Amino acid sequence: MTEMVYGTLPRQGGEPVLPRWWRTIDKLTLIFILVLFGIGLLLGFAASPPLAEKNGFEPFHYVFRQGFFGSIALIVMVSVSVMSPLMVRRLGVLGFVAAFIALALLPVLGTDFGKGATRWYSLGFASVQPSEFLKPGFVIVTAWLMAASQEINGPPGKIMSFSLVLTIVLFLAMQPDFGQAALILFGWGVMYFVAGAPIFLLIGIAVLVVLGGMFAYNNSEHFARRIDGFLNPDIDPTTQMGYATNAIREGGYFGVGVGEGQVKWSLPDAHTDFIIAVAAEEYGLVLVLAIIFLFLVITVRSLYRLMRERDPFARIAGTGLACMFGIQAFINMGVAVRLLPAKGMTLPFVSYGGSSLVAGGIAVGMLLALTRTRPQGVIGDHFIGRGRGTLGQNK
Amino acid sequence: MMRTPLRPLARILAAREKGENPDHIERENIRLRHEELRDKARRGSEGRLLLLGGFFVIAFATVGLRMGHLSATEPSEPKSMTIGAGITAQRANIVDRKGRILATNLSTYSLYANPQNMIDKHRAAKELAAIFPELKEERLIKDFTGSRKFLWIRKKLSPEQMQAVHEIGDPGLVFGPREMRLYPNGRLAAHVLGGASFGREGVHSAEVIGTAGVEKYFDEFLRDPANGGQPLELSLDLTVQAATREVLYGGMKLMQAKGATAVLMDAYSGEVVSMVSLPDFDPNKRPRVLTSGDASDSPLFNRAVQGVYELGSTFKIFATAQSLDLGLVNPATLINTQGPLRWGKFKIRDFHNYGPTLSVTDIIVESSNIGTARLAMQIGSERQRAFLDKLGFLDATPVELTEASGAKPLLPKNWSELSAMTISYGHGLSASPLHLATAYASLLNGGQKVKPTLLKQKVTPPLGERVVSYETSVASRDMLRQVVKRGTASFGEVEGYAVGGKTGSADKPKPRGGYYDDKVIATFASVFPAHKPKYVLIVTLDEPSIHSMGETRRTAGWTAVPVAAEIITRIAPLLGLRPEIEPDAIDEITLTSN
Repeated sequence: MTEMVYGTLPRQGGEPVLPRWWRTIDKLTLIFILVLFGIGLLLGFAASPPLAEKNGFEPFHYVFRQGFFGSIALIVMVSVSVMSPLMVRRLGVLGFVAAFIALALLPVLGTDFGKGATRWYSLGFASVQPSEFLKPGFVIVTAWLMAASQEINGPPGKIMSFSLVLTIVLFLAMQPDFGQAALILFGWGVMYFVAGAPIFLLIGIAVLVVLGGMFAYNNSEHFARRIDGFLNPDIDPTTQMGYATNAIREGGYFGVGVGEGQVKWSLPDAHTDFIIAVAAEEYGLVLVLAIIFLFLVITVRSLYRLMRERDPFARIAGTGLACMFGIQAFINMGVAVRLLPAKGMTLPFVSYGGSSLVAGGIAVGMLLALTRTRPQGVIGDHFIGRGRGTLGQNK
Repeated sequence: MMRTPLRPLARILAAREKGENPDHIERENIRLRHEELRDKARRGSEGRLLLLGGFFVIAFATVGLRMGHLSATEPSEPKSMTIGAGITAQRANIVDRKGRILATNLSTYSLYANPQNMIDKHRAAKELAAIFPELKEERLIKDFTGSRKFLWIRKKLSPEQMQAVHEIGDPGLVFGPREMRLYPNGRLAAHVLGGASFGREGVHSAEVIGTAGVEKYFDEFLRDPANGGQPLELSLDLTVQAATREVLYGGMKLMQAKGATAVLMDAYSGEVVSMVSLPDFDPNKRPRVLTSGDASDSPLFNRAVQGVYELGSTFKIFATAQSLDLGLVNPATLINTQGPLRWGKFKIRDFHNYGPTLSVTDIIVESSNIGTARLAMQIGSERQRAFLDKLGFLDATPVELTEASGAKPLLPKNWSELSAMTISYGHGLSASPLHLATAYASLLNGGQKVKPTLLKQKVTPPLGERVVSYETSVASRDMLRQVVKRGTASFGEVEGYAVGGKTGSADKPKPRGGYYDDKVIATFASVFPAHKPKYVLIVTLDEPSIHSMGETRRTAGWTAVPVAAEIITRIAPLLGLRPEIEPDAIDEITLTSN
C-alpha cells in the first residue's frame, strides 16, 4: 500500500462542491421553502390585482415583481447555503455592518411612504427596508460573539452582544418599528437561552420586556392605539382586523373559490401583512393548515438538526435564524386570528415584498448552510483534515 | 475539581530536550479542552432546543386551532342580515289600566353607508337626495368621497323609502335593523308618556332610551329583559283621557285660553285616571326643547305637574276644614265679613260686599276672602303650615314622572300672619294642579291622605295618615256641594252626579311683581258624587276670557266650571258611574259645635 500512494498528489477538499451540497443539505426544508414560495405566488395572483389596479399597473404587475425578487431570493439562498459556516460568519458580519449603517442613516435618508414610520430607502424601482437585512446579520454576529465567549480566554461576548441588541432596538424604536425590535429581542433571547443562559436571568429579561412594553404603551401613541384595538373585545367591522376575521369566517373549510374572495378589495395590506386572510378566504382552512404545517416543520426540523451540532457558532446561529423565521410566521398569522395585537410583520416567502423576500432568502440560506449534515466530533476533525492527525497521537 | 495544567512541566521539559516547540503541547491541550467543552455544551443545549421546538409546536397549533374555530363560525358582519330574535321587543310596552296599548315597538331599518364599498358615489348621493329631501347632495358627496369608512344616513326608514334605497342598488348602502318606539294614540297622554330616542347605536340594533315622562322614569324597568316583556300598566284610562282632552281642548279654544290642564284622580287610591295638559305634542315626533323664552310656553311643558300656580279660592276649603277640625267653628258659625279687612298697610276685599256676617258654609259658597282670612287668623300660621304640609303642599308630588321632582311648590319665605291670611284664599303659595287634586282627594275621601300615582294599583292601597276627621271630611263635601247648588259654581251642576267643588280665579302675577288686572288662572276643583266621593277633577284654564251676557267674564265660574261640567258629563258614564238620586240631607252624622 505504501508504494501505491507514495508520490501521488494529495487530494484536496474531498468530493466536488455541488454533489456534497446536495448530499448534506436539509432537502425537506429546501423543498418546503420552495413550496411556500409557490403558495406566495399563487396567493399573489389573488391578492395583488386590487393594488395593481389602484396604482395603475396591469393586474399581475406585483406577481411578476414577486417572481423576480423571489428568483433572486432563491438564488441567494442556494448560494449562501453552499457556504461553509466560516464563510457564513464572515459574510454575515460584513452584511451586518452594512445593514446597521443603513439603519442608522434611516432618519436622515429614509422615507416613510406616508405610513407614519420611516423604515425604507427608496431606490426608484424598488424600496429597501434595512431592518429586514439586519436580522440575519445580527443573528450571525450575536452567535459569533456568544460562541467566542465560550472559548477559553474568549472575549466577553454575551455582554457585547447585549449592548449590541440594545443599540439596535433603540434605533428600531426610533422609526418606530416595535415589531422588528421585538423580533430582534426575541432572537437574542433565544440564542442566549441555547448558549446556556441562567434561568433566573431569563426571567429577569422577561420582566424587563414587559416593563419596556408598558413604557412604549404609555409613550407612543402608535403603539398604544394598536394595543387598545387588540384589547377591545368588539371588532369594528371596518378595521383591518375586522376584515381579516370576517374573511377567515367567509372562507370556512374549503374557501369561497379561487378569485372569489372579497377581502383583498377592502384590506390595504392584503398582499403583505394579511396574506393569510386572503388564503383563508379563497382556499379555506385547508390551505391555511398546510401553510402552518410547512412553517412548523421547517422551524422544528431545523432545531432538531441543530441538536446534533457540536460547533457552538453553528448551533447558536442556526437556532437564532430558525426561531426568528418561525416566530415571524407565528406573529403574522396570530395577528390575523386576533391572538396577538396588530403588528406589521410579513409572512416569510409568502407575503409580497422585495426586501422581505431577499432577506428571507439570505436568512434561510444561512440556516440551510448551518444545518447541513457535517461530521461531528473527533471524526469530523479527521475529515475536515486540519492536519491534527499526528498531533492527536500525542495524548 | 481536578485541574489539568495546559503546560504540563514534565512534557514541556521533555519536548525542549528533543528540540521541539513546547507551544504545540499547550495548543493541543487547549484544543482537547475545547472538544470537551463543546460536547458538554451540545448535551446541555439538546434539552433547550427540544424545549424551543415544543414551544413552536404549541404556538403553531394554537394558530391552527384558532383558524379552525374561526372558519367553523358563521360570518357576522352585516352581510348576513337576518332579523334575529335578539332585536325584537326589547323594550316593554306601556298599556293603560284596561290593557290598551299606549306605547309599543315597531321594527324598522336604519340606513348607513360604507363609502369604500360604494360603486358610484355621485349617483348614490344624487338618488339619496331625491328620496330624502332633507339630505343635501353636496354634503353626501363630501361624506362619501372623504376618508370616512362609515356614516349614518338615516335612523328610521319607511318601507317605501327602504325599497327606493334598495333600487339604487349600491352595495355600500346598508340597512341595519332597528326597533323604534311607537305611540299609536298620538297626542293622547303625551305628557305622561314623554318619549324615547335612540341611545347607543350599533349596526345590528340600537338602544331605545326614555327621554321624558314615564318612559324615562321607568327606563330601567322597560329595558330590563328579566321582566319577560311584561308591559308597564298605567292608571290612565285611554277613553277617559280621550274624552277629557277633547272637551278641554274645545273649552280652551272657546275661552281663548292659552293653556289648559285637567287632572282626574281616584279619591281613594290616588290613581291618576286622566291627565291632560294643553297645548300638547305628538311623542312620535317630539318637538325640540325651547332654547329661549319661557319653558312653560313649550308644548312639552306638563302644566298638570310642572305648572305651579297660585290656585286662588280653591284653597279656601282647607282653611274651613281646618277650622272645623280644630273645633274652632261649625258650619253654621257666623263670621264677621265686614270689609275691607285691614292688616297693616294691606287691605283684603271681597268680590262683592256680602254684608256684615256670613256662616262658615256661606263663606265657601260665596267665596269670601275676608271670612277665610279671619278663619286663618284664628288658626295661626304655624298650624296652617303644618296642615298644608300634611296635605302635601310643601313638597314636590311623588308621582312617577321625571318632571315631578323638579316642580316644587313656591312657598313664602317668611310664613307670617299676613301670609297665612293670603294663603287661606290661595295667594302667596303656588302649587301644581296635581297637588290640588291630591289634597282634595285626601280631604274628601274621609280624611285620609292619598299618594298620587300613575301606576295601576292592583289592590286599593291602604289609605295614609289621617289629615282631618271623618266628620270634617263629610262637612267639607257638603259645603262644596252647596257651592255648585247655589254658589259660584252653579254652572257645574251635572244631573245625577252630585258635583261638588270650589272655584278659584287667581290674578296672574306679573313677572316683575304685582298682578295683572285682565289675566287670571281659573281653576275648578271638583269632586263627584259629593255625597259619596269617587273622583276628584281639577280643571285649570290659563288666561281664559269669554264674552257673555254683555260682559267679558274671566272668573272660574264662567270659564273652568262649565268645562269641568262638560267633562264630567262625558266621562262619568265611561267611568262606570250611574246617575243617582242624591240623598236629601247628610244624616250619617250630627254636626255639633263646641
